[in-house]
Amino acid sequence: MTTLLDVRDLTVRFGQTRAVDGISFTLDEGETLGLVGESGCGKSTAALALMGLLEAARLDGSASFGGRDLLALDEARMRSIRGAELAMIFQDPATALHPLIRVGDQVAEVLRTHLGSNRREATARALDLFRKVGIAAPEVRLRAYPHEMSGGMCQRVMIAAAIACSPRLLLADEPTTALDVTVQAQILGLLRDLSREFGMAMILITHDLGVVAGMTDRVAVMYAGRIVEAAPTGALFAAPAHPYTVGLLGSVPRLDAGWDDDLATIPGSVQTAADASGCRFAPRCARASNACRTEPALIPTGEGRAVACWHPA
Amino acid sequence: MRRYVAARLGQAAVLLLGVSVIGFALMHLAPGGPLALYTLNPTVTAQDIERVKHLFGLDQPVYVQYVKWVYGFLSGHWGYSFFGGRSVAPIVLERIPATLELMGSSLLLALAMGVAIGIWAAVRRNTLVDYGTATVAMLALSLPTFWFGLLAIYVFAQVLGWLPAGGIETTGNGSLIDRLTHLLLPMLVLALVLTAQWSRYTRSAMIDILTQDYIRTARAKGLGPVRVLVGHGLRAALVPLVTLAGLQLPLLVGGALVTETVFSWPGMGLLFISALDNRDYPVLMAILMVGALFVVLGNLAADIAVALIDPRIRLSHV
Repeated sequence: MTTLLDVRDLTVRFGQTRAVDGISFTLDEGETLGLVGESGCGKSTAALALMGLLEAARLDGSASFGGRDLLALDEARMRSIRGAELAMIFQDPATALHPLIRVGDQVAEVLRTHLGSNRREATARALDLFRKVGIAAPEVRLRAYPHEMSGGMCQRVMIAAAIACSPRLLLADEPTTALDVTVQAQILGLLRDLSREFGMAMILITHDLGVVAGMTDRVAVMYAGRIVEAAPTGALFAAPAHPYTVGLLGSVPRLDAGWDDDLATIPGSVQTAADASGCRFAPRCARASNACRTEPALIPTGEGRAVACWHPA
Repeated sequence: MRRYVAARLGQAAVLLLGVSVIGFALMHLAPGGPLALYTLNPTVTAQDIERVKHLFGLDQPVYVQYVKWVYGFLSGHWGYSFFGGRSVAPIVLERIPATLELMGSSLLLALAMGVAIGIWAAVRRNTLVDYGTATVAMLALSLPTFWFGLLAIYVFAQVLGWLPAGGIETTGNGSLIDRLTHLLLPMLVLALVLTAQWSRYTRSAMIDILTQDYIRTARAKGLGPVRVLVGHGLRAALVPLVTLAGLQLPLLVGGALVTETVFSWPGMGLLFISALDNRDYPVLMAILMVGALFVVLGNLAADIAVALIDPRIRLSHV
């Protein structure tokens, strides 16, 4: 497997706030990585930084994508990669699509921009893509507006636009959070099938460990702007090492729990990265000790695992 | 759609009736009258006044005059001017092309410039460009149109001598160039205020739209800046902007009135001012109705245009 994306010490600053604080990870061609964490932990910000879509942010570090540093490219070069080799889909398909443009045209314009297709070619290809992502009656749907379609259908349109130019990497930012549970499974299945069929690598950003379980090869857990644990998906679920990961897994509601049992939670709330010194999870951590006043680095522990903790489980 | 338009036209008829009642009443409530000047003239006897009053029908009760006027107006007989005795319809209608020429060209210019400046300021918000355009726009909005008109005449006609001070063409020379040089100053002056308003509206609409998710999607697709700003951003801004264009029509009509007066532009505005001075009731009422009809139809056109732009809006019910 060749490395597709190599992110080193990615830091995103908004003024004084470090939303993402020196994260590093790699991704192989065709591999699927889950990026997991609570809202506000910086996972979406990291993805937007890779896309070059952050305004008024200062970026540091590097992100080598097929030999080019995404963080160093100028806007014109970045534009030729965006939507072509590197695509992204978003959380709320209802607002991510333009309300006044027919969905077929919203897919076709990607092809016209990057492949120089004329209107007829682009529309014909959009029809193929609609079939590929499982939109019923695609000929009719091409001419529909987003408000005439369900959330799941809109997300399928977003996916069709994202895969239009067969990207090498798809960033999926909470792609199923805004959808009904039954539709969630369909969309996730579609993403998995597409990624396998095209050998497309994927970063699946979610706060929902259940989404990650059947979908990803590896998982990176983020907390307050840093990656605290990375591991193959199966190993992470079997034996979480970081106390935060342990807490996250413990917080997943269980069907076999008693009806009057309290839901498990992690006490406290996320500290912002700005006022942190030492381990950021320490204030909420039962295992915290004096050692945790010094920030732990993300140390490989073998078998493709790494954890940033002085007292791993 | 057809039912909607029919219903709106019905509403418009009621509205125009209201406008005519209020206009007619205000006109007759105002002190003086078409013959006020002659009562001071020693050579005009009281019998003469009475005779002319009877001739014009001014000796009848106001409501009788109104009903007669409505009946005449609807049957295409708009009466005769009190001054000169010409039939009112041609007096008013022959002025429409000049007014449309001035208003149309100003509106187009103001739309193009205002929208462009507004987008520019929105993209560069909170920079020198934004503050600079805001300052100029506030200046243009705060100072009255006639003042800008007089300033323009002083600078470009008086001092520099580049452009004519007024009128629509040099008598005896109706060439296109000649007409355009006459149009330039009044067009710019009328467009100034409109441009200022449009740039502000466009800016705020675009600032709101540029934070929307679908703009981020457009950028994520790798579309170029023009495609993102115009194809996606301005397209969404068209809905509020077209609505505003409809609401702005009365302002445009009012602005044209002042501008026409300052530049002696032979349109309906200039005619309205002179008819007002003379209390030329039939002419005043005709202009009032034509102006009101223009505003009402313009608003209807704006509403239909919004429905065509935004598929979420259905014109099925009123």
